[in-house]
Amino acid sequence: MLVDDKYFLGVDVGSVSTNMVLLRPDNTVKEALYLRTQGRPMQIIQEGIKLLRSKIGKSAEIMGVGATGSARQLAATLLGADVVKNEITAHAVAASRVNPQVQTILEIGGQDSKIIILRDGVVSDFAMNTVCAAGTGSFLDQQASRLGIKIEEFGPLALEAKNPVRIAGRCSVFAESDMIHKQQLGHSLPDILAGLCQAMVRNYLNNVGKNKDIKGPIFFQGGVAANPGICKAFEEELGQPIIVPENYDVMGALGAAYLAQEKVGSRPGTRTQFRGLDLGETHFLAKSFDCTGCANRCEVVEITQDGRSLARWGDRCGKWSVAGVADTAISGLEQKEEQQGA
Amino acid sequence: MKVTFPHMGNAWIVIQTLFESLNVEVVVPPFNSKRTLNLGTKLSPESACLPLKLNLGNYLEAANAGADTIVITGGIGPCRFGYYGEVERQILRDAGYNYEVVTLEPPDGSLAGLAKRIRFLAGRKNSWAKILKAMRFAYLKSVALDRVEDLIHAARPRLPHPLHTEKLYESAKQRLAQTMTEKGVQDTVRWVQETIQERQEGLNSMAEGINKPLRIGIVGEIYTILDPFSSVGIEEELGRLGVEVDRSIYLSGWVGSHIFRGIAPGYRSIRSYPRHAKPFLPHFVGGHGLETVGATVKFAREGYDGIIQVFPLSCMPEIVAASVLPKVQETYKIPIMTLIVDEHTGHAGIQTRLEAYVDLLERPRLLRESIQTREGVLGVGG
Repeated sequence: MLVDDKYFLGVDVGSVSTNMVLLRPDNTVKEALYLRTQGRPMQIIQEGIKLLRSKIGKSAEIMGVGATGSARQLAATLLGADVVKNEITAHAVAASRVNPQVQTILEIGGQDSKIIILRDGVVSDFAMNTVCAAGTGSFLDQQASRLGIKIEEFGPLALEAKNPVRIAGRCSVFAESDMIHKQQLGHSLPDILAGLCQAMVRNYLNNVGKNKDIKGPIFFQGGVAANPGICKAFEEELGQPIIVPENYDVMGALGAAYLAQEKVGSRPGTRTQFRGLDLGETHFLAKSFDCTGCANRCEVVEITQDGRSLARWGDRCGKWSVAGVADTAISGLEQKEEQQGA
Repeated sequence: MKVTFPHMGNAWIVIQTLFESLNVEVVVPPFNSKRTLNLGTKLSPESACLPLKLNLGNYLEAANAGADTIVITGGIGPCRFGYYGEVERQILRDAGYNYEVVTLEPPDGSLAGLAKRIRFLAGRKNSWAKILKAMRFAYLKSVALDRVEDLIHAARPRLPHPLHTEKLYESAKQRLAQTMTEKGVQDTVRWVQETIQERQEGLNSMAEGINKPLRIGIVGEIYTILDPFSSVGIEEELGRLGVEVDRSIYLSGWVGSHIFRGIAPGYRSIRSYPRHAKPFLPHFVGGHGLETVGATVKFAREGYDGIIQVFPLSCMPEIVAASVLPKVQETYKIPIMTLIVDEHTGHAGIQTRLEAYVDLLERPRLLRESIQTREGVLGVGG
């Protein structure tokens, strides 16, 4: 078997995109996929695996799997991940592997935006947008389609602006009405788009970047980093160059792959939990129900593969999550407790 | 008369005990749940803070069980909670609920006025001696509850099977709620202590569990940090992530300073906080803003790994504290994270932040360790 044929798989399932990265043991990226989640994470994960399978040889071996993103738990269950990590850690790990000097990461994704401050290659502070989604990828998507332009054209058009208009960016609803107003006053499209970029950047720095010590080198990653208009607005506002890394749109997945490598590599002899490249062909099903066991009324989700239960989660007390694992041990302990309690 | 009261974490056990020892009929509302919050949110102004919404939900659910009198503590100063008793009375009246609301506070500073209200609740049959005795017992129970809670904080990261630890906590609470003797209270605390020890001893031989967990101090607005439903269960969640938590305020500590005016200090007295806060915030800002800053400084000095501040959206005293905390973070080089909760708070968002925060605290340690072992290996090889 060729050494080249071994990979670490990183999967990042977010609200808007599902990304997959195949990392070679020498830390180079063999394959990177950027797929739209379209609200169907399970199918997209399966499609992604099928796609990857068609791109690598039959003898290929997956040595470890890392999952991240808002659907990391789901992805981990489907794939049999060796490590499940939050997006913040994944992004930080990827960036500091690409450039160990990085001190700030600006990340704008589909429905969340975050800032990560690193010092000496370790996260020292972070923040995520809280109650507001103004200034995330979805908003730009929406506005682009409202203006009848493709999201890919958004950035280049914004760069053509001569006099960017000032748009109220505090709230996406008001930003939209302000934009309509500016259009009706007769401002050119590039000026409005550039204004929107500036408003978004101001909003990001005021909300997410508040009280953060933004030092260079600065990485800008996440889907929105594809937009040169936003990059330019960041550079103007921060007065520093912004670096968009090569795999900016799949950095979360890349980080997950690195984490899998770390985990599997740290313990020699550890075998991956990966469920195999043929899982694209099996049938997954998700069911959910309200547990009526107590007042919390947790929404419990159950994932089944070909009729067999894989995992359950969503319950606070662990009644459903634990089910199926060491049942006898639990009931034994319960009895003991009851005896003592009597 | 059937008395009810708003939920705040384990406070129900103490309040129920107090009224039961005075033979006053008491209705414990169903525990805070999504339903409670939905009911309360419908009646509340949107900009009111989370505690008001939950309180109203509690009253509506208690009304179904026949409650007709509400008892709530009041307060003075810039925190809105001080006038929630009155606000709630009017909201309930407008919504068609015929509740009597008794706010436990000295009206216009008159202690005689407070005594009159207590007398109204306790009825004529109870002597003042009996009332004081009931209060003392309820207070003892509250100290015991806090002690149990703290034991559980320590047990969560150290014992495997989080479910078993939560079960132990639940049954300890049930026992404390039922017992009406001082001995019963003490026995329960000892039982929890012994059970945890037993389970830990079983572990040492198996080399399971964590011996030196990360320590995080939880500070912030009292209602949200005492009530696991409001804080989206962050203490339990952190415990599962292998963190030992401590909290700035425990119920009896608050009762000790707020109601007994410091005569009884309670568990983890809050008295020292203003002194610790002084270099950063020299005066009262309402609510527990000052205590939040003071506790943060205290935890930092005691060598905690991190601090998490929790408060309900739009809580003014905590916003003041939050703007002071970056200075504490800088001075003591301790990472501080702020979580704001309201009825729109999603569990996933909190989960991601907690995990990332624990990684932030843990990774430097892990990296250092892996470098050390690598060096060790190299040393042997060379």
